[in-house]
Amino acid sequence: MARRASAPVRIGANLAGVAIFLACAFPVYWMVNTSLLPRREINAPDPTWVPFGGSFDSYRRVLSGGRFFDALWMSLGVTLATVAISITVAFLAALAVTRFRFPGRKGFIITLLLIQMIPVEGLFISQFKMLEGIHLLNTIAGLTLVYVANVVPFSVWTLRGFVAGVPFELEEAAMIDGCSRFQAFLKVTFPLLAPGLVATGVFGFIQAWNEFTLAVVVMTREDKKTLPVWQAGFLDVNRGIDWGGVMAGSTLIAVPVIIFFLLVQGRMVSGLTAGAVKG
Amino acid sequence: MTTTTSTPTAAPAATGVTVERPPRTRGPGGLPYGLLLPATVLLALSLGYPLVRQVGLSFQEYGLAQQFGRPADFVGLDNYRALVSDTYLWKVLLRTVVFCLVNAGVTTVLGMAVALLMRLMAGPVRLLVQVGLLLAWAMPVVASLTVWQWLFDTQYGVINWTLSRLGADYEGHAWLLHPMSFFFVATVIVVWMSVPFVAFTGYAALTQVSEDLTEAAELDGASSWQRLRHVVLPAIRPVLLIIGLLQIIWDLRVFTQIYVLQQAGGVTRDTNLLGTYIYRLGIGGGDFGTAAAVAMFMLALTVVLTAPYVHTMLKAEED
Repeated sequence: MARRASAPVRIGANLAGVAIFLACAFPVYWMVNTSLLPRREINAPDPTWVPFGGSFDSYRRVLSGGRFFDALWMSLGVTLATVAISITVAFLAALAVTRFRFPGRKGFIITLLLIQMIPVEGLFISQFKMLEGIHLLNTIAGLTLVYVANVVPFSVWTLRGFVAGVPFELEEAAMIDGCSRFQAFLKVTFPLLAPGLVATGVFGFIQAWNEFTLAVVVMTREDKKTLPVWQAGFLDVNRGIDWGGVMAGSTLIAVPVIIFFLLVQGRMVSGLTAGAVKG
Repeated sequence: MTTTTSTPTAAPAATGVTVERPPRTRGPGGLPYGLLLPATVLLALSLGYPLVRQVGLSFQEYGLAQQFGRPADFVGLDNYRALVSDTYLWKVLLRTVVFCLVNAGVTTVLGMAVALLMRLMAGPVRLLVQVGLLLAWAMPVVASLTVWQWLFDTQYGVINWTLSRLGADYEGHAWLLHPMSFFFVATVIVVWMSVPFVAFTGYAALTQVSEDLTEAAELDGASSWQRLRHVVLPAIRPVLLIIGLLQIIWDLRVFTQIYVLQQAGGVTRDTNLLGTYIYRLGIGGGDFGTAAAVAMFMLALTVVLTAPYVHTMLKAEED
């Protein structure tokens, strides 16, 4: 296609490409740029496009507020608990649906599919009531419980692809060489699955780390807020917005996620395709 | 995750194309069930039980008095009856559906346009575009929201500054004040976050379309528009269907964007979508009975809007 396109079409496409790049990247650049500007340049009539002689004042303000670290620990606690639990149960379930044939298998897979369509907003009222009833509002355990429900179905789905990507013949060969089924799995399949497990785990991490809706619903107390909720709290117009601080906070939260995301993105896509072909 | 992070949950994307080969081993007795047990228990506890509970809740009078210990009376369909006769619910419902369809439509069209353009670009430009798309895709939802609000800021926002420079009168223009302009800002943010997924998925699908097919069409005298319309798009139809389904699911449950923009100065009553309406009724206002009933509406709406797609996908999974 590209070879045969005429010169004006190609030039137009390339110009459009530059415009698309700018539209995508500018907001990200602007976040970092603003976070490095002193306050008088942020609140000037004309924007400052490049942070020459940048200042870290905004970062200092955000980090010394105290609340940032409260929210950071809360986010880390919930996210790590969610990932640990989700990956474990999703991995077991993925093994069951890829390595065995049993009645109810198809039903389980279809249920997982349907669960992914349920909007959180359609269920958070009763989830709130349930957590309130068992005194898990404003706790890491409570938020983790509802997060796990959102991460598990997706994780089973991708892990299924990764498990199916490891030929069962390898395990069989090890069993012929005298390994038990469990040993064969542990020594042969598991090491091959490690990259897939890491990628799925990182993906779950990103999801839980960014989650906002359920965090707002479950963590109602000021000192229990996770990072995204804490950050959104900065945007109260009635208090006058410290844009430098907001952008510094956004940068701190976004940069690790962007790096993680770039690391696993390719592998997730290949895992999904592997699942699609070899299921 | 469901999260409004319309982030990279490409998960169901694979479903439509999955061809299941029968697994190799027959399960020795209960082992597979044992492996499924932890996942099943967790899902039943955090989704199944609330779902059942919600149905019950929607039939109860459950307001502030009950919150403080009064037993909740069974009121049958009263909550639903009150809602159906309330014009506000229909307004919110209509708003939600329109917002969802507009956002899903704009995202899909723009994303596919980017995917098609990417095929025509020179290598380095294409790489540049891919880097930009990845950046926008990877941005956490709340971070994107804060940045866009800063760009749209009344006093110091770059957008007002630029528009004023171009001669329009946008000095001190408040974007979030009027519902239409509020939803315009929300749409810009949602589309900006969602286009990368569509563009990448669409581009991957386009590279699978056989060159022979388009060449044959060209020899037969088809114009480039005709080739696109009659050869390329039909060839990637399954992928387009999945993209459409995911966009509808994601844009139906836009909560974070609306909630955060409302906190930032939107008029709540005129800008509520279903998600924020349920939140404000129940968790904000303590009327859990009515909120549960609205939530049931939302679940029903999801079923209605996605049923055709789900049907196709289930058939693919059956085969």
